[in-house]
Amino acid sequence: MSKFKKKANTKQDIPTSALPDIIFMLLFFFMVTTVLREVTINVKQRIPDATQLRKLERKSLVSYLYVGEPKKTDQWGTEPRIQANDVFIEPKDVTLWVAQEKDKLNEVERDQITIALKVDKEAKRGLISDIELQLRKANARKLLYSTILEAPE
Amino acid sequence: MARNKGRENPEINSSSMADIAFLLLIFFLVTTTIANDKGLLIPLPPDPDQMEDIDIKIPERNLFKIQINSADKMLVEGEPFTADVKEIKQMIKDFVNNNGKDPESSDSPKKAIVSLKTDRGTTQDKFIEVLDNIQAAYYEMYADRAGVTTEQWRKIIDNLKDPDNKRLYDTGRGLTPEGEIEFPMQISIAEPTKIGG
Repeated sequence: MSKFKKKANTKQDIPTSALPDIIFMLLFFFMVTTVLREVTINVKQRIPDATQLRKLERKSLVSYLYVGEPKKTDQWGTEPRIQANDVFIEPKDVTLWVAQEKDKLNEVERDQITIALKVDKEAKRGLISDIELQLRKANARKLLYSTILEAPE
Repeated sequence: MARNKGRENPEINSSSMADIAFLLLIFFLVTTTIANDKGLLIPLPPDPDQMEDIDIKIPERNLFKIQINSADKMLVEGEPFTADVKEIKQMIKDFVNNNGKDPESSDSPKKAIVSLKTDRGTTQDKFIEVLDNIQAAYYEMYADRAGVTTEQWRKIIDNLKDPDNKRLYDTGRGLTPEGEIEFPMQISIAEPTKIGG
């Protein structure tokens, strides 16, 4: 009997002191690989995929435009719209928006501004080319069509 | 050793630390996004109002025409194109590297222009798919000339400040001592037509 009692005395709980370390590792991973949300995207974004992706080196020079069907279709309709900094804008307002974005940059870097267009798959070329025309007028001539990497077959 | 007998283990209960870390983790998961700053980079032509209105005659043979209509159907060099879009890549390579052999195809890589024309009703998806293949054709030709893989080439052109990269970049594009580029990437994206919508 006494032999059994001694055995029951050993500790039974699993050491969990390493668990916070693991979680912290995950946390740091996410903190490093992600960025804080800046705008709430109000348009549907099914980004097309491509294979020849290029990476942007200077993130500070990039301004984003989102194009797609609004998420609130009862309020905004189903036609694809352009979203810039939380608001919907018309193609003719793009020039003004570019000027505002350029003002945020240093004087020497203003002509290096890159516009990243995040366009929904189903959006039509007509709208996109209207934007492009305005960008040309605003002298923002570096354009990036956001795409995701196509999965290899 | 004997002193420790009969005492509790002096351990701090740290199980709630995991909960706190989880809370932080979930907070970051919710408030952040994984940045997607990759895509197809294209330069836009200058402001149409400020461009001089000169008629540039480009011989038909130096133009590789791709047209897409509002139903996403394609015309390549005037012929309906129903095959896989990926085949365009090889067609463009043949066209650019023709060097005057085939009288229907380009004179030299320097003169070759790939023209992509869409309709206002063409979807962005189709446009990206075709543009991707055109760029792929050029990047593959450049990479071959510089003796690197296509992925390496794309990394090289994204970081031209490195002198090694600059040298490879110049080899790939065939920069002559006079400062001319023998092998430019000339993609012309025409303004969309307004038929259909």
